[in-house]
Amino acid sequence: MTGFVLRRLLAAVPTLIAVLTLVFIIVRIVPGDPALVILGDQATPEAIAALRTRLGLDRSLWAQYFSFITSALVGDFGVSMVTGRSIMAEVGAVLPHTIDLTLASMIFGIVIGVPVGIWAALHRNGVVDVAARVLSLLGLSFPVFVSGIFLLLAFSLHWRWFPVIGSADLSDYGDRLHKLVLPTVALGLVMAAYITRVTRSAMLQSLGEDYIRTARAKGVPWRRVVWVHGLRNASIPIVTVVGLYVGILLGNSVLTEIVFNRPGLGKIIVGALNQRDYTMLQGLMVIYCFLIVVVNLITDLLYGVIDPRVKAE
Amino acid sequence: MTAPVLIVEGLRKHFVAKKGFPKPRTIRVRAVEDISFTIHAGEAFGLVGESGCGKSTAARALLRLIEPDAGTVTWKGENVLTAKGAALKALRRRMQIVFQDPYSSLDPRQSIGSALMEPMHVHGLAEGQEARRRAGALLEEVGLPPAALDRFPHEFSGGQRQRIGIARALTVEPELIVADEPVSALDVSVQAQVLLLMQDLRKRRGLSFLFVSHDLSVVRWFCDRVAVMYLGRIVEEGPAGRVLANPMHPYAQMLRDASPVPDPARRGVLPRIIGEIPSAANPPPGCPFHPRCVHAMPQCSQVMPGWTLAAGDNQGGVACHLHG
Amino acid sequence: MSTTQELVAPPAPAGWKRALGKARSNPTTAVGVVICIIIMAAAILAPWVAPYDPADQDIFNRLQPPSAEFWLGTDQFGRDILSRLMWGGRISLTVSLGAIFAAAIIGGAIGLISGYIGGRFDLFVMQVMDVLLSFPSLILGLIVVALLGPELINLVVAIALTAIAPFARVARAPTMALKERAFVEAGRALGFSHTRVLFRHILPNIMSEVMVMGTLWLATAVRVEASLSFIGLGVKPPTATWGGMTRDGFENILDAPWLAVFPGLAILFLVLGLNMVGDGLRDATDPKLRNE
Repeated sequence: MTGFVLRRLLAAVPTLIAVLTLVFIIVRIVPGDPALVILGDQATPEAIAALRTRLGLDRSLWAQYFSFITSALVGDFGVSMVTGRSIMAEVGAVLPHTIDLTLASMIFGIVIGVPVGIWAALHRNGVVDVAARVLSLLGLSFPVFVSGIFLLLAFSLHWRWFPVIGSADLSDYGDRLHKLVLPTVALGLVMAAYITRVTRSAMLQSLGEDYIRTARAKGVPWRRVVWVHGLRNASIPIVTVVGLYVGILLGNSVLTEIVFNRPGLGKIIVGALNQRDYTMLQGLMVIYCFLIVVVNLITDLLYGVIDPRVKAE
Repeated sequence: MTAPVLIVEGLRKHFVAKKGFPKPRTIRVRAVEDISFTIHAGEAFGLVGESGCGKSTAARALLRLIEPDAGTVTWKGENVLTAKGAALKALRRRMQIVFQDPYSSLDPRQSIGSALMEPMHVHGLAEGQEARRRAGALLEEVGLPPAALDRFPHEFSGGQRQRIGIARALTVEPELIVADEPVSALDVSVQAQVLLLMQDLRKRRGLSFLFVSHDLSVVRWFCDRVAVMYLGRIVEEGPAGRVLANPMHPYAQMLRDASPVPDPARRGVLPRIIGEIPSAANPPPGCPFHPRCVHAMPQCSQVMPGWTLAAGDNQGGVACHLHG
Repeated sequence: MSTTQELVAPPAPAGWKRALGKARSNPTTAVGVVICIIIMAAAILAPWVAPYDPADQDIFNRLQPPSAEFWLGTDQFGRDILSRLMWGGRISLTVSLGAIFAAAIIGGAIGLISGYIGGRFDLFVMQVMDVLLSFPSLILGLIVVALLGPELINLVVAIALTAIAPFARVARAPTMALKERAFVEAGRALGFSHTRVLFRHILPNIMSEVMVMGTLWLATAVRVEASLSFIGLGVKPPTATWGGMTRDGFENILDAPWLAVFPGLAILFLVLGLNMVGDGLRDATDPKLRNE
């Protein structure tokens, strides 16, 4: 197992460096001098030169690249070009909100999707199955901001069960949870729909296998057959989809944060885009990618736990 | 005896893979270690052995469908392994292949007619109506109606597809056909029909054959000469009748005894199969067959046996210390 | 491998025709096709059938609820919502179709060539694709549009960029399986060039996978385009875009909720319709279900 974990960890390093390189290139190929963009057309040449020195733009590309990679690998993304504050500090302040939302949506998706998917698979072509199929197709067609607006209209404006403003006090857990409900449903809807579909088809496939027939023939109780033999073998595709979907959740959290006016990475990124805060954008892209690489790593490790063959490979 | 058309000397193909972490080990599968043989014009040459002995790899390597690591292949004095571009394309016209699996050997989205006319177009042999006429004639030659031209592979049975595969090989008017287990995926009743067709084509068109098979009875019926392969090497070679009826090498004897005898009265006790074929990734030292050989002697595990000619004229030879 | 009897199998329609026939008999697909056709027709015919000019402001009819005069109401400038939706559909469809078309061709070619060549080249290419995939697609789109500027062509580029890696993966897997098939070897033995084998024999066999993927990703592209316009990075106002209209409506949600609801529904229906069609096509071409 240790070798397996080590292997996967090491495999993630080149990906991370490649991501960093790509981010560096993307930001560099942008037309226009960042210093000029920040200071505006009226800036004196001296002011621009000073800012360029402060941002390190006067050094050679290689020097910039090297210092960018080395500091990023130890978690230092420099300071925001606009606020002058450390990027890690700015991100760190709102990261809990985004992680709250993403995790809650993921759990929402699993808690809804897995049982419904199993139920639908067990009653193939029954009422529940047809309903699950139609609803999941509808669910995964919802853009997050549309489901968010519909939920706001219904539960905050019409029935007034939930607040319109989503920014919560992190230390007040009740408030934090209460304000998390609508954003979670809005963001988790697509995930729940996907997990339902994948669970259904994976269960259908797994329940059709010979080992299920063997287990039944041996007299293993049906409930145990479904939950132990069926689900365990169906869980690889489910884990894959959850892993893939965390990336989409992170992306869509931007929209959720706008609709529900929540603080978070999304808010920062939109702000940075509007103000052309290149260092902030650079840092944010790396942080997003880092989160996704971590999720992929966890997914890979879970494969190893679920399926002994993966480890042996 | 007619002139040799294909001469294969010292052909070798190893597959290398790296496995393991953090200490990667290099695994070298010696699929084809050292193969030499000669095929004469109009001759059917059989290559037999158990699955995994490298016979299909050897066939593919001499056609350059995979690139061999060492050795020479000469087609009528022309070096096949160094040919490039137009020269290679011209050589490919001379040697064609018929595959084992008739279900994967035809492009599922290409009509039979298009599959037969495409090679003619590529080699500039015929176009348009002329190509279509030729394709129809080829189908008739392999026993299918010309109406099959506009049909797709999934509309045909395995035996019919194999006939189409043979017709496609004939589109470029080859002189040698490499038949890689051409009937082993077919029903026994169909096998005979396809074999008869190939025998017929061979006589009519004067084709040479390299016939790769594990089925000794098929090889005995079809081939003039035969080579027995074991772990990437030829252990015995000679006229089919002699090698398959009175083999000299203990492995060839084992194969003969293991193959089913058509006459029940002559069937003896269960064939003596001893042990399994060793991995080509880790071949035993000395004679590769010694761990399974009932006649194994001390020197067999140390020294690779040389090639000994069989008694008599043109009776082939054997690589075995018993005869050395 | 088992064999079949030496009989001519009953003629069956090949590949696509069979898949289409199967898809047509599926009610979900049929409904999806109808939805897509209605929306596409409305978008294409907008210049002739839209009741009003989408940019015409009418200060006497601001924030009107749906009525016989304005079927879906008017916005804060008195512009007709229905007309703007029809025109906005043109942007959605143009951007999405353009982006998916580009991504399918570029990504498909990458996957095809990489899978065919294999070895270290393939490993390297797939590593690059993994890097592209490790950006959340919305974030990547967001940044690319923000850097290039909110023009229609840049939206196409941004969305295409997010879809290239998935298309490369979808094209690569069947290519790797197909290149082991004997007909590819047969083509090489017959003296066919790699290009001929790749584009005449492998490509037609992976087309159905790429097309199904294209339909499903068209739905994603519509959603991403709408999301970008919602964030304010779509085609610039006053051009009507569904995402932009939803955003405008969202700002007036207390006074005129329909402003956000109708464009939201338009996006939902188009995405749903495309998903239904893509689903049906996938079921019809899925080799696991094909023999049922």
